[in-house]
Amino acid sequence: MSNLIKFKIDGTECMAEAGTFIVEAARQNGVFIPTLCNMPGVKPKGSCRICTVRINGRLMTSCTTPVTDGMEIDSSSPDIIDLRKSIVELLFVSGNHFCPACEKSGNCELQALGYLYQMMVPRYPYDFPLREVDASSPKIIKDQNRCILCKRCIKSIKDEDGKSYFAFRSRGNHLEVVLDAELASTMTDELAEKAMQNCPVGSILVKEKGFETPIGKRKFDHQPIGSDIHI
Amino acid sequence: MSKPVLATTSLAGCFGCHMSILDIDERILQLIELVEFNKSPVDDIKTFTKPVDIGIIEGGCCNSENVEVLRSFRKNCKILISLGECAIMGGLPALRNGIPVEECLHEAYIGGPTVQLNTKHILPNDDELPMLLDKVYPCHEIVKIDYFLPGCPPRADLIWDALVALITGDPLKLPYEVIKFD
Repeated sequence: MSNLIKFKIDGTECMAEAGTFIVEAARQNGVFIPTLCNMPGVKPKGSCRICTVRINGRLMTSCTTPVTDGMEIDSSSPDIIDLRKSIVELLFVSGNHFCPACEKSGNCELQALGYLYQMMVPRYPYDFPLREVDASSPKIIKDQNRCILCKRCIKSIKDEDGKSYFAFRSRGNHLEVVLDAELASTMTDELAEKAMQNCPVGSILVKEKGFETPIGKRKFDHQPIGSDIHI
Repeated sequence: MSKPVLATTSLAGCFGCHMSILDIDERILQLIELVEFNKSPVDDIKTFTKPVDIGIIEGGCCNSENVEVLRSFRKNCKILISLGECAIMGGLPALRNGIPVEECLHEAYIGGPTVQLNTKHILPNDDELPMLLDKVYPCHEIVKIDYFLPGCPPRADLIWDALVALITGDPLKLPYEVIKFD
């Protein structure tokens, strides 16, 4: 406890262990900062930029920036909120996100952020890229239409030897997250389930499952994302 | 003052959004007190007979007729509302986007596993039929759209609250539960 430091988020006094990343420190103080690529338990990468905050006039990703003593963090200015909303909109137009037909609808973090920021229509034109659905492995379906390249699956779904089931393939506009076909044949049901849950969108689905929870009882049907964060 | 005039249409949609308009239940009695319907499947008026205040569009644009109807709505309506996912982003018909039209037609009429009777391998190509577009377009990529109400279908409460706010000029309150994309 000796390392406790004080900092402020949107003017509110907060306290956390020195060196804690801002996202986590905010969570400990009951403040929600959205994340799409970051998740507890994996090394932060700062790639999706949805957790952007302003510190000392500069925009920083709060999943990769540790809190320091006296730090003043702006996480709710209208321009920050609009910036996050524009990232959600970019992700919606750059893939094929057909919410009405998606098994993850209602439990999808990207969709929930669309709800949180009241995205009525993206400000960008739709790209409608042609993407593949890979259903060749025994346990899961990998739908590239919905993938936001967050890397959560690559970093968190591994076998006993620490080998990742998922990997990046290709570059630039062709970059995609693919499943190792050989490893996938050994995937357990538990790991398949974990992969689906860790995926912030509906890109990883467990086979022969879907639409299990009725509309009205899904995760984000009544409560906005981040409502579970309390002190 | 005369009542505001309302027109509605379904382009490349399933009429689910219109069903959701009917889902306002007994408030439909208030609605007919509040507005007058013009061109709409609700009253079956086929063509615009007067200038319209609010046009509600369901569905995106998948063929030349959709584009023509949408443009006539823009021309005849002061305010246009995109109602539902299909109008906003193409919706399920837009699943064909990215696949060449010829491939889609071939799958539907010649090569598909359920095609049996089309022994002469005819693709529909009559002058009477609207031409399919290269992809399904969101309405706001064809004409200017003023407001967007998402959902598949949009919740009846969202449609009602938005319409009433628009007509009365009262501020619109949007509870969390009314904005959904499914």
